[in-house]
Amino acid sequence: MSKVPENSQDEQLPDDKKPNFLQRLFVRQGVLSALWIPLLSVFTALIIGGVIIAASSPNVLLAWRNFFHAPIEALSITFGLIFDAYLALFVGAFGSPASIVDAFRVWSATGESRALLEAFRPFSESLVISTPYIFAGLAVALGFRGGLFNIGAEGQLFVGGLASVYVGYAIKGLPALIHLPLAILAGILAGGIWGAIPGYLKARTGAHEVINTIMMNYIAFRLTDYLLQGPMARPDGLPITPEIAPSAYLPALFPRPMRIHVGFLLALVFAALVYWFLWKTTIGMEIRMVGANPHAARYAGVRIASIIVLTMSLSGALAGLAGTNQVLGVDHRMVRAFSTGYGFDSIALALLGNSHPLGVVLASLLFGFLRGGAARMQSVAGTPVEIIRIVQGMIIIFVAAPEIIRSLYRLKSEREEEAVLVGGWGSS
Amino acid sequence: MPPLLELRGITKRFPGVLANDRIDLTLNQGEILALLGENGAGKTTLMNVLYGLYAPDEGEILIRGSKVEITNPRDAIDLGIGMVHQHFMLVPVFTVTENVMLGVESVKFGGYLDREAAAGRIRDISSQFGLRVEPEVLVEDLPVGVQQRVEIIKVLYRQADILIFDEPTAVLTPQEVDELFKIIRSLVEKGKSLIFISHKLHEVLTIADRITVLRNGRVVGTTTPDQATEGALASMMVGREVILTVEKEPAEPNGVVLEVEGLNVRDDRHLIAVNDVSFQLKAGEVLGIAGVQGNGQTELVEALTGLREAESGQITILGQDTTNLSPRQICRIGSAHVPEDRQRDGLVLAFSVADNLVLNTYNEPPFAKGLSLQHKIIEKTAQERVDQFDIRTPNIFVPVSNLSGGNQQKVIVAREFSRPIKLLIASQPTRGLDVGSVEYIHGRIIQKRDEGCAVLLVSPELDEIMSLSDRIAVMFEGKILAILPVEEATRERLGLLMAGILEAAPA
Repeated sequence: MSKVPENSQDEQLPDDKKPNFLQRLFVRQGVLSALWIPLLSVFTALIIGGVIIAASSPNVLLAWRNFFHAPIEALSITFGLIFDAYLALFVGAFGSPASIVDAFRVWSATGESRALLEAFRPFSESLVISTPYIFAGLAVALGFRGGLFNIGAEGQLFVGGLASVYVGYAIKGLPALIHLPLAILAGILAGGIWGAIPGYLKARTGAHEVINTIMMNYIAFRLTDYLLQGPMARPDGLPITPEIAPSAYLPALFPRPMRIHVGFLLALVFAALVYWFLWKTTIGMEIRMVGANPHAARYAGVRIASIIVLTMSLSGALAGLAGTNQVLGVDHRMVRAFSTGYGFDSIALALLGNSHPLGVVLASLLFGFLRGGAARMQSVAGTPVEIIRIVQGMIIIFVAAPEIIRSLYRLKSEREEEAVLVGGWGSS
Repeated sequence: MPPLLELRGITKRFPGVLANDRIDLTLNQGEILALLGENGAGKTTLMNVLYGLYAPDEGEILIRGSKVEITNPRDAIDLGIGMVHQHFMLVPVFTVTENVMLGVESVKFGGYLDREAAAGRIRDISSQFGLRVEPEVLVEDLPVGVQQRVEIIKVLYRQADILIFDEPTAVLTPQEVDELFKIIRSLVEKGKSLIFISHKLHEVLTIADRITVLRNGRVVGTTTPDQATEGALASMMVGREVILTVEKEPAEPNGVVLEVEGLNVRDDRHLIAVNDVSFQLKAGEVLGIAGVQGNGQTELVEALTGLREAESGQITILGQDTTNLSPRQICRIGSAHVPEDRQRDGLVLAFSVADNLVLNTYNEPPFAKGLSLQHKIIEKTAQERVDQFDIRTPNIFVPVSNLSGGNQQKVIVAREFSRPIKLLIASQPTRGLDVGSVEYIHGRIIQKRDEGCAVLLVSPELDEIMSLSDRIAVMFEGKILAILPVEEATRERLGLLMAGILEAAPA
């Protein structure tokens, strides 16, 4: 894994007129930093995670105290624990290969699919977690491409969820074909407006979007508190909204207990849409131009203020969809804690995914699988779920500071790299 | 006696590039050695090796005959080597004293900065070498020429005997260059030795005792100003004969393309930068705007191209009032703009060569159909432009930041000149480019003129203005002091006008 082929740096592109798919995809950053850095970051973080798993176990510490009496035992306990923990993580994330094989056998023999659904359930659960990550990660990535740091994905996600859940329970008697799109549209609009406000403030007054999106987050959180305790609360007074009509559900893809729903496919469609929009349309080119060099964008005739508002609106709309996805696809109602920080994690995902839709999807899947497997890791191997949080944090640090990985694995530095996608504080 | 400094067989490789190939160089005590070469010839790499920023792959460095190891700038400073960087390394909000002290702070009572002692030494150095720098002023309040003198003081304060000047005149006005040359001579009189890096031929001939020419990382030869001419040096630099004067027929102007009436423009500080400027520009002629940088040329061009609001007055292009129209509207009328700062305004460095070639036409047919970019057509056109304008790039998909300065400028020229334009506004089109690229771009500008395009050329380089223009306007403090036909414009006369002395103008 640490061996990198000599030609992995796309500095020396072949003289062919057509570069290959990967080179086209990463023309701006080089294959090395776009692919190898994230992969090696994950690898390294898992190794360090393993050390922490071992060091936080009393059994392991005890065995090491007796190292000089029983060195082999100390090592085998240590590696055994790490192996068990990561095996549990893997099984928790993807399902157990053995039970999947068994379930297939039962199914092909009897046609009974219950065991099969049960066996694939962990995999499905991981994808359920990945879905809001994809939406919110795309939101932040789109902002990054436009040179804007949307820290407000969490707030946009909340208002998106509020709007969708309201349309979901307040309107009754519509066919799903109308009700569901309407509920989705409400989430898009609410998130879009929540993003457009700091966008407009930036375009009009130069107020920094980082500050204003953070402030918009607080407004969204408190607005949610208020609505859930009053106007949108269930008749019995609990701070939960009524259940949405089934016509507004994002339909499940498989029978219970698999919870994976259409939202996941929708997320993939939106990833493709964002890619198409950013790289294949004139407005997408304008967004990237403003992000990469606002001076040149102005010279080229781009109306920067409009593009800033548009970028923030679209970013907000995507984040809103993450909230919509949760209420229409998973919870079917809204509670205060319906997001476990998806909006904040999405900043890391956009970074990990190189602000590229494909990268965001892969990063979201990774985080989904890590979080999906973490619970089983705790129950089976006794390893606290927080370890996975630490691993996630380290991945981000390694991706954000690629020099660590480069020096660790003796990778050559690339000569030209796109500078940080977002300007510093106060830069235009 | 051995030479003061000797480089023997210095070789420095970068991935895929041989930046320095067995370079030998000697510098004698009290001498000014000019290091001449095109951009990318390896001058700066060699000096970075000497200054300890790069480790050479082969070769050795000797000072006064004994071999030395220089692994970082600290070593170089200890050996008496100082570098005056092209891009100043100054903290704008610090005073001169604080900037000079930075890194070698003098302290008293164990921890307090002793600014007085440092300021005293700065005054000594300043008067000894005729630098005239006040220690207490903030660096951000100083003009560029004086900031450079602060850099020189920094080097002298660290007791350097060997001073390296990296392209020191790139940012200076002609007057400041003269000033700098006086300082350089006084440094040498006081026993300092200098390496002067440049790609400007006349400067090298004026100031140097010996000239070493680099090409493609190798020493092509060493000569003295007595034996060399500009032509000979230029052909040494590029390896072929260079036409230094642009060959062109007399202009055949007809029909007014651009008319400016009583234009007033404010700069970023809201001060009047363009003051009641009026002129006409006809099809098929080049109007050069000469002047020391910062006399309103930038603001004038920005107002003409829609990048800056005009306070009052009128701009008419091809009979249409374009005052305060948007850059895109002005572009659509048929005007092209080669911006002064190509990396800031003219290119998106992270974008591919192909994207940069359609940077302002990407949303027009045939490059776009509605919202959808037509990548096939964009790429096909880009390939044609690359061939047609001889842009040296591995392919059209690499980021334009990978290209050399000259080729980056060719991307802009290719983009702007390929459109059907009637008006070309070129601001310092050859700034910082090597001789080969300058020659090429000058040829293209004259070609545009001969095709009937009106050309407004803004440049602080008198040579460029005089060789390309048919008429020359001189700007001083926001006003156009005079417009002369090129036949009547002598270097002296223009120089006086650039200094604001009106007597030189025809009565």
